[in-house]
Amino acid sequence: MSKTEILIIDDEPQIRKLLEITLESNDYKVWQAETGKAGIILAANHPPELILLDIGLPDKSGHEILKELRTWYNKSIIILSVQNNEADIVSALDNGATDYLTKPFRSAELLARIRSAIRRNQSTNTENKIICGDLEIDIAARVVTKLNDVLKLTATEFNILVLLAKNEGRVLTHQFILKEIWGVGSQTETQYLRVFIGTLRKKIETNPNQPQHIFTESGVGYRFV
Amino acid sequence: MTNAGTKLNLVNTRKYSLLNQYFISISLVLLTSVACYFSSQFIGYRTVALLLLVTVSIVAMLFDILPVLSAALLSALIWNFFFIPPIFTFHIESAEDLLMFLLYFFIAMVNAVLTIKIRREEAKVRDKEEKENIIKLYNTLLNSLSHELRTPISTIIGAVDNLKDNKEKLSITNQTELLNQIEIAGTRLNRQVENLLNMSRLETGMLKLNLDWCDTNELINSVIQKLPISYKQTIIFEPNENLPLFKFDRGLIEQVLQNLLHNAINYTPENSIITIVATHQSGACVISVSDNGKGIPEAELDYLFDKFYRLPQTKTGGSGLGLSIVKGYIEAHNGIVKVENNTTGGVKFIVEFPAEASYLNNLKNE
Repeated sequence: MSKTEILIIDDEPQIRKLLEITLESNDYKVWQAETGKAGIILAANHPPELILLDIGLPDKSGHEILKELRTWYNKSIIILSVQNNEADIVSALDNGATDYLTKPFRSAELLARIRSAIRRNQSTNTENKIICGDLEIDIAARVVTKLNDVLKLTATEFNILVLLAKNEGRVLTHQFILKEIWGVGSQTETQYLRVFIGTLRKKIETNPNQPQHIFTESGVGYRFV
Repeated sequence: MTNAGTKLNLVNTRKYSLLNQYFISISLVLLTSVACYFSSQFIGYRTVALLLLVTVSIVAMLFDILPVLSAALLSALIWNFFFIPPIFTFHIESAEDLLMFLLYFFIAMVNAVLTIKIRREEAKVRDKEEKENIIKLYNTLLNSLSHELRTPISTIIGAVDNLKDNKEKLSITNQTELLNQIEIAGTRLNRQVENLLNMSRLETGMLKLNLDWCDTNELINSVIQKLPISYKQTIIFEPNENLPLFKFDRGLIEQVLQNLLHNAINYTPENSIITIVATHQSGACVISVSDNGKGIPEAELDYLFDKFYRLPQTKTGGSGLGLSIVKGYIEAHNGIVKVENNTTGGVKFIVEFPAEASYLNNLKNE
């Protein structure tokens, strides 16, 4: 089997070098672009399995590159950003980014995110059934089982879980989840979201205080793994 | 920091807009005139001149030169028109009165100009003091910074040199140790930069609260999970099931908890127990972080939250910014920070801030 290909679009040579070594030593094939323009051309000629995009590029803002890529590229794009910039991250996610990492990031975290984003590309989950670790979600029958035990979820809990699970490995912003579950106009009702995520965790997580499925991305949203 | 300082100064000397200054000066002169007009038969019109002068002096103490000069001019004209016989004309009959009027005019103007000169001098002295304070602050900052940044940088460069040049001579254990040191130094540098950024956000007044509903139990759990794995204390947190959702800036409160925990980890001996408790008390979210370490001398407690303050004889590793950021962020939420020594030993930090609460999470049904 040929190696999975990843395209890095970042203007910092040091970061590119670091990513190159990290990824190649983990059996990925790496392509690099130092500008957004070069990145788009490279991606068009040779669509990679995943793109790592620095959101703070000098020539075109990373946001524009992201929008341009998303007009035709539908595999995972992970955004690299600086810390304390939630607004930037939320807007990138709303523009179609799959996930994000803030610099400085740890290699283990990077590799985990890449694996999960690539798994998302190749997901074998069907429209009707999602399997994720110890969880099995039968969408048609509206039944969730954890290690073969049937979980009692309310309708809203079930809907949120399905939404998150269908977007496995992807960060969903608060606004997106609220709109999908409660409809347009409820984007500010974050208190409902907090409550249902809380009750959902109590039911699906082995230890709700150290969740393994629903991760909180502070100030941004939730990620299901 | 400079910006904040000068901005503050401007606000102080220009408490009133120019328009308001004119309005207040003229009103004061008019009020005094009216009062004098009705009592002039008892006090005599020459005393009126002195009373008007007092008014102008008061105005001069408060306001800028133009409103003061117009008050002086207006009061002179009023005195002439309403008080110097023959009244209701600008005509002055006796030579004595004419001289008095001219003197009045002169004294009022000199009074105005002198008072303003004094005020400018005072402002200059204040500015100079402020500048000196800022320079002092910068020096403290630079000293603290160059030390706190250079130590981890030296570690990184030194460790890398060793790894590159002495590769054959280094045992595997030592190689791993050097790599660990590089890791610690990098994390430390990142924390310093983060603290500096946070501090500058606070100092420049760029901080805007991003209020949203937060699950405090979850927040505390996630802060604990994000701590560096290498700490050797035990952290105890029992989620409080009766806690409502609170509306606050999650990012800032997260930073507050992180700084308090880092503090507890850095300044308590190994195997200490750090306890976090979150409660809802009379409309406020109250979170305490206490430890069973050595505590802090009572005399030092008051200075703990000051910028760049570090306890005498403490180990290096902090910038003296962590706790002042805690204070700044909690104050931005209109709250207070408290620190006290536990009766059983160790120290307890308490942050308390008013926050809208929602008990929605206690509803059992949808």
